[in-house]
Amino acid sequence: MANFLKEREGQIVTKSKNSKDLIGGRPSIAGSVSQRACVFCGSRVVLYPIADALHLVHGPIGCASYTWDIRGAMSSGPELHRSSFSTDLREKHVIFGGEKQLYNALNELIDKHQPKAAFVYSTCIVGVIGDDVQSVCNRVAKEKNIPVIPVQSEGFQGSKKDGYKIACDALATLIGTDNSKEVSPFSINILGDFNLAGELWILTEYYKRMGIQILASITGDGRVKDIQNTHRAALNVVQCSGSMIHLAKQMKEQYGIPFIKVSYFGIEDMSDALYEVAKFFGDEAVQEKARDLVKEELTNLLPALEPYRRALQGKKAAIYVGGAFKAISLVKALRLIGMRTVIAGTQTGNDEDYKLLKAICDDGCILVDDSNPVELSEFVQQTGADLFIGGVKERPIAYKMGIGFCDHNHERKLALAGYEGMLNFAKEVHDTVTSPVWRFVKRK
Amino acid sequence: MGTNTTNRITGGVAAGKSYSSSCNACKQCAPLGACVAFKGIEGVLPMLHGSQGCATYIRRYLISHFREPVDIASSNFSEETTIFGGNKNFNAGIDNIISQYHPKVIAIASTCLSETIGEDVQRLINEYKSIHSDEKNLPEMIYASTPSYAGTHYEGFHQAVFATVKALAGAQGEPGRHINLFANFISPEDIRHLKEISSDFGLDTVIFPDYSDTLDGTSWEKYRRIPDGGTKPEDIRRTGLALMSLELGYILNSGGKNRVSAGEFLEEHFDVINRRIGLPVGINETDRFFNLLSDISKNPIPEKYRKQRGRLVDLYIDGHKYVANKQAVIYGEEDMVVALAAFAAEIGLIPVLCASGGESGKLKNTLKSVLGDLYYEDMVVGQGFSFEQMEEIMQSLHPDLMIGNSKGYYIARKMNIPLVRTGFPIHDRLGAQHSRCLGYEGSLILFEEIVNTLLEDKQRQSSVGYKYM
Repeated sequence: MANFLKEREGQIVTKSKNSKDLIGGRPSIAGSVSQRACVFCGSRVVLYPIADALHLVHGPIGCASYTWDIRGAMSSGPELHRSSFSTDLREKHVIFGGEKQLYNALNELIDKHQPKAAFVYSTCIVGVIGDDVQSVCNRVAKEKNIPVIPVQSEGFQGSKKDGYKIACDALATLIGTDNSKEVSPFSINILGDFNLAGELWILTEYYKRMGIQILASITGDGRVKDIQNTHRAALNVVQCSGSMIHLAKQMKEQYGIPFIKVSYFGIEDMSDALYEVAKFFGDEAVQEKARDLVKEELTNLLPALEPYRRALQGKKAAIYVGGAFKAISLVKALRLIGMRTVIAGTQTGNDEDYKLLKAICDDGCILVDDSNPVELSEFVQQTGADLFIGGVKERPIAYKMGIGFCDHNHERKLALAGYEGMLNFAKEVHDTVTSPVWRFVKRK
Repeated sequence: MGTNTTNRITGGVAAGKSYSSSCNACKQCAPLGACVAFKGIEGVLPMLHGSQGCATYIRRYLISHFREPVDIASSNFSEETTIFGGNKNFNAGIDNIISQYHPKVIAIASTCLSETIGEDVQRLINEYKSIHSDEKNLPEMIYASTPSYAGTHYEGFHQAVFATVKALAGAQGEPGRHINLFANFISPEDIRHLKEISSDFGLDTVIFPDYSDTLDGTSWEKYRRIPDGGTKPEDIRRTGLALMSLELGYILNSGGKNRVSAGEFLEEHFDVINRRIGLPVGINETDRFFNLLSDISKNPIPEKYRKQRGRLVDLYIDGHKYVANKQAVIYGEEDMVVALAAFAAEIGLIPVLCASGGESGKLKNTLKSVLGDLYYEDMVVGQGFSFEQMEEIMQSLHPDLMIGNSKGYYIARKMNIPLVRTGFPIHDRLGAQHSRCLGYEGSLILFEEIVNTLLEDKQRQSSVGYKYM
């Protein structure tokens, strides 16, 4: 492994009978060109889809600019989340402090947009210049009579994953503050779906067919009031567990709400999710409906997948995504369309996640934590992958290596969840892998 | 053509309402611009001294525009670094970059975090060099101070150009016959066109920054950690020996923290005459550029370009009625706004709103002087503008056309106004790296795009599907 960083040795493993476990959760190394972002990014992406809240980034302009309308998170109503608000701190604020600017900005924006709550994200320099964001938020909350929640997401205080936790803490301050929604005995909260490309609406439809109420979605197509009511649901159904497990655990402790971890990607995981939820309620009618739903969906889906599977049989895939649970689902979904995973990596997996990921991968698969372009390009070269699944930062690696690419990051504009999403996924993978343009590419 | 007088400017300062916050900024932060300029150095790997997120966000933003790999390292500040200083991370960062990339140059830009805690990056570089003084082939290290709270990505870009020239330019050797061309923040395709023009004049030109290959590469047979291309460090060294420097753009970083441009630096320290002219968009500004190159090279304007100019005039005539007196909103970096406004004015469009996130304080006067008698007196000039401020003014202006980057699309969509995408960033179309507006040829392409966009709009709105327009 020429030119890989020595300190990262434990974070790269090729699966074999005797291979060691992959180490996760380490901070990124300076100069490694990690694909990870920062704490702020973690908090921002988790809270972003709450559509009737004001999201104010307290800091110089960059952090707000780079996260403007960044997620394909759709809303069925208000779209305040799609604007980018920043206190746009300047040199004078760095010297004299930015509290006054923050106070004025909050007042002005709350008056103008009448949000149901406001989130104030601290960026790197806010702590350093000594702004007391909490007390400004408290003051404005009192004056404007809406929740104004500080999100202490200074970029340097850890990694993106720490930002998830901070976002969960911010959400926790909202939960339990309203009791006005009607709650059915079969009620769940969906945690960790962000309604990218309308994926939540696909899931909502499934649950509706099973007679299950979604009390709140955290945070896809999110509304402040729904989140305030989440403490009254019977069950928390957690996807993308990296970002939301902290909140699920907290709600279990505080409100006694049990949770299950699910994934909505691929046939197996999608069906398991519905079965698990039905099983939890123990109601025969609900379980019957779940079985009918899965049967009906599969009757349509399986034949539709067949031509893709034939065309893709034996092709090799590289996966480098944010969380390990997505990676695990993808390995299974790829298998369903005849493809073998030869590289599986994530930005934020932990040791436990990686044990599960390793267990499901074939021998010879390269497992990697917190990788970078140098490594990923080398792995693609070594394994001869035909497809790369990742985000925008991985796309040029795939294309420069002359292989197909599927965007499975939070910017995607194509729904990949649910049965419908599985078909979209198969088509997307097929379209890119079998494109005739690769005939013009010479690969060494 | 009534403009809403309540929004009119007084004293050349911001039009519209002023806010304590920004909504939908028409700018990015300084380190982003620095990274683009640094990518124009051959064999470079940029590093940001700050949090991991800065590098990652900027990479994502640039990859979405250029659709090329953009590797940018980070010194990866942690809480400990923020309290005790960044030298350990800085050194580790440099070590790891060298071991993974073997770069010729490591170009470092600061961030808001490292600037706020008072990091002295130049000292860190010197210390690193002295620790490794026995090592041969140590990369060159360049440092640009780009706190994100001062200036925009545009100032960051020019600060990096300045810092690179300052770090590398030398006076050793015989004065050369070459010229320096500081080409500004333009597309890779426009850089290639400038190179072609300069070579057709028989000029030996050091063009910097040249990211025409590094940010617009070919398909590769084998992955390259550092893409080929860029201005050679030895060429940047000889900028100090040039006959003269030519800077494209009137404003550059004059509104930033450091107000000295690369050309001004060379003039002051190496007696290299500095000439500043506008970005050559449209006939008037391109004529100035070509006449200047003709003077410098003592060669006549090549026939090829005379013909290009002739075809452009011919095209203007063919298309003038489609654009006549249409009201245009122009936005982006200040010098690009000036160039596009000059172009708009000379083809008969009316630039009713010219806006930039930049706030050099020079936008209005520069527009006045460049547009001359074509300056539109009721023009709203927005400096330090956000898209929200633009939209508010547009609601009263009801313009016919928007010209600028793709971040204005949401307004175009909301108000049902056609948008011609140019500049940076273009995140919702293919081909940003090939977008052209410079020279007669670039102007021709842009003119056709504007006319065809208006025609398409007219066709779409028409109840009759005319096949002749």
